[in-house]
Amino acid sequence: MSFLQLMGVEKHFGAMRAIKGLDLGIERGEFVVFVGPSGCGKSTLLRLIAGLEGIDRGSLLLDGRDITRLPSSKRDLAMVFQSYALYPHMSVADNMSFALRLANVDKAIIRDKVRRAAEILNLGPYLDRTPRELSGGQRQRVAIGRAIVRSPKVFLFDEPLSNLDAALRGQTRVEIAKLHRELGATTIYVTHDQVEAMTLADRVVVLRDGAIEQVGTPLELYDRPANRFVAQFIGTPQMNVVEAAAVPQLESVLGIKVPAGGFVGLRPESVALTAAGAGQVQAQVELVESLGAETLVHVSTDRGAQFVARQNQRSELHAGDAVGIAFDPAAAHLFDASGRVAGRSSAHVH
Amino acid sequence: MNPPTVLPLIARTAAAWTATLLLVFPLLWLFLTAFKTELQAIHVPPLLIFTPTLDNFAEVQVRSDYLLFAKNSIITSVGSTLLGLLIAAPAAYSMAFFRTRKTRDLLMWMLSTKMMPAVGALVPIYVIAQTSGLLDTVTALTIVFTMSNLPIMVWMLYSYFKDIPPEILEAARMDGASVWSEFRHVILPLGMGGFASTGLLCLVLSWNEAFWSLNLSSAKAGTLAALIASYSSPEGLFWAKLSAASLMAIAPIVVFGWFSQKQLVQGLTFGAVK
Repeated sequence: MSFLQLMGVEKHFGAMRAIKGLDLGIERGEFVVFVGPSGCGKSTLLRLIAGLEGIDRGSLLLDGRDITRLPSSKRDLAMVFQSYALYPHMSVADNMSFALRLANVDKAIIRDKVRRAAEILNLGPYLDRTPRELSGGQRQRVAIGRAIVRSPKVFLFDEPLSNLDAALRGQTRVEIAKLHRELGATTIYVTHDQVEAMTLADRVVVLRDGAIEQVGTPLELYDRPANRFVAQFIGTPQMNVVEAAAVPQLESVLGIKVPAGGFVGLRPESVALTAAGAGQVQAQVELVESLGAETLVHVSTDRGAQFVARQNQRSELHAGDAVGIAFDPAAAHLFDASGRVAGRSSAHVH
Repeated sequence: MNPPTVLPLIARTAAAWTATLLLVFPLLWLFLTAFKTELQAIHVPPLLIFTPTLDNFAEVQVRSDYLLFAKNSIITSVGSTLLGLLIAAPAAYSMAFFRTRKTRDLLMWMLSTKMMPAVGALVPIYVIAQTSGLLDTVTALTIVFTMSNLPIMVWMLYSYFKDIPPEILEAARMDGASVWSEFRHVILPLGMGGFASTGLLCLVLSWNEAFWSLNLSSAKAGTLAALIASYSSPEGLFWAKLSAASLMAIAPIVVFGWFSQKQLVQGLTFGAVK
C-alpha cells in the first residue's frame, strides 16, 4: 500500500464522467506531477484528493487511513492555488500562520515556524505587509510559505506558476525543485506545461479525458510512450507521427513491420536532413526556425507527410529548398491504428 | 465627451439647484412650521420671519408620549436588522458559495415577493397576529419588518459574497477551518462592507415603514410613523404640531443617514459599481 492510494476514484459532473475510476499510488516523499491538456481532469483529480470536491465512487487512503469522506479541514494536506488565494485582509505573517492559529498551536512555536519559512522563501522583510502590497512572485512565495509552515502530509500545487511571467516562472520552478529536495515532502503538482512536468517530477501522470494514459519517470515517458497521445504530448517540438502508408519507404528503411493503418513516430532529433538526392526520402523545406542553440526545420514529402527536424547547428537551408531525409532506424516508435504502441525499434530503449 | 462649454454648464447648474430646491422645499417648510404657533402655521401668505417656539415639541411629548414611540421605533428597526442579518447571512452564504442550478430562480422568487403589494398580505398577517396575541406588540412588528426586508438583505449580501473569490474559502478549508471559523475569520472581515451597508439600509427601511405599523399597532407598539399619522386626526389638522411630530420622527434617521451616507450609497448601488 502506497502512502497515498487512489482506488477506483470516480467523479461525475451531471452526466459527464470527469474522472473515470482511477487507480494510483504515490509514495512518501515522492514528487508526482499530473499533466495533460485542459479539461483532462487533472485539477479535478487534485481537488478530489484535497477534499474540495466529493468522490462519487472509489476510495482514497492516506498513510493507511481512509480519508474518502473526510472534510478538507481534517485531511492534513496543504494546497497552493493558481490564484494564490491569500487572505487579503491578513498580513503575510498572519496568512502563513492561519492554519496553526486555528489549530491552537503555541504562539512561540508559530512565530518560530513562520520565521523559518520566511527565511527559506526570502520573505523576511515582508511579514507585516498585506498581499496587495506584494508582487506576483512574492504572493506566490507566501502561498507556498502558508503550505510549508504546516508541515502537512502532502503538498498539493494547482498550476502554481501559470500566473507568473516567463522569467519568474523558470526561476520559481527551480525554487520549488530545491524546496522539495530540502523538505522531502510528498508533493502532487498539477500543470498543463510539460516542461514543468519533466523538470520537477519524480514521476509524471499523463491524463486525458479523466483517465490515466501513462505513469512513469519523465525519461520513461519520453523514451517509451505507451501511446500516440503521450508520445506527442511529451517533448517539444512534439514527436513526428506520420501514417505509415504516407512514407512507404519507412518499413524497409527501419526494418520493421507497421500494422495496417498504423503510424510511425520519430522524435525531431531522430530526423536528419541530407543533401537533395541522398537520404531515404526526398522532401522540401517549408519553414526554418532558428532558435540560436538549435534549428527546427519543417519539411514536407511529396506525398504530404510532414516532419520537423531538430539540428544542433545553424542551418543554411531556406524555405523551398529540396532536401533528403535520413531516419535514425534505432529511434522509431510504431503505433497501431488506434494509437496504442505496437512496437519500437529496439536499440533506443535504454 | 467634449468638455462642457459655459452656457450648458450654467444651465445644468441651474437645473440641479431647481431640482434640489424642489426636493428640499417640503422638508424646509416642515422644519419652519414646527417652530411656529398653530396660528402662524396657517397664516397666508406664509411667514418666513417669526419668533420660533419650542412649545409644539413639548406638546407632542405630553400629548402622545413621543419617547415611547421613539423607543418602539428603535427596538423594531434594530431588532429587525439584527434578526434579518442573522437569517440572511447564512442564506446568502450558501447561495453564493454552494450554487445549484436553482439558486438564481430562488433569488428571483424571493425578490418577486417584494413586488406584491403589502396590502395583499394584510388580512392573513393581521389574523395571525391577532390569534397569536401579538397584535400591537413590538415582537409582531419586528418579525414583519424582518420578513419584508429579508429578500433585499439576502440579495445584497449575496452580491457582496459573490465578490469573495471562492478559492479563499477553499484555502481556509485546507488550512483546517470549520464552517464557523471560515465565516468568522474570512467572510465576516471580507464582507464587512456588505454587512454594514445591508444593515444600514434595513435599519432605514424599518424606521420608515408605515404600512404595517399603522395596521398592526396602536397605542402600545406604535412606531414614530404611527405617531405622525395620529396627528392628522378627524378633529382637524394641527399643522405646527404635525410638523413638530414629523420632525422628531425623521430627525434621528436623517442624522444617522448623514453620518453613514457613504455606506448607504454603496449599498444602494450594489452590483452596479463596486
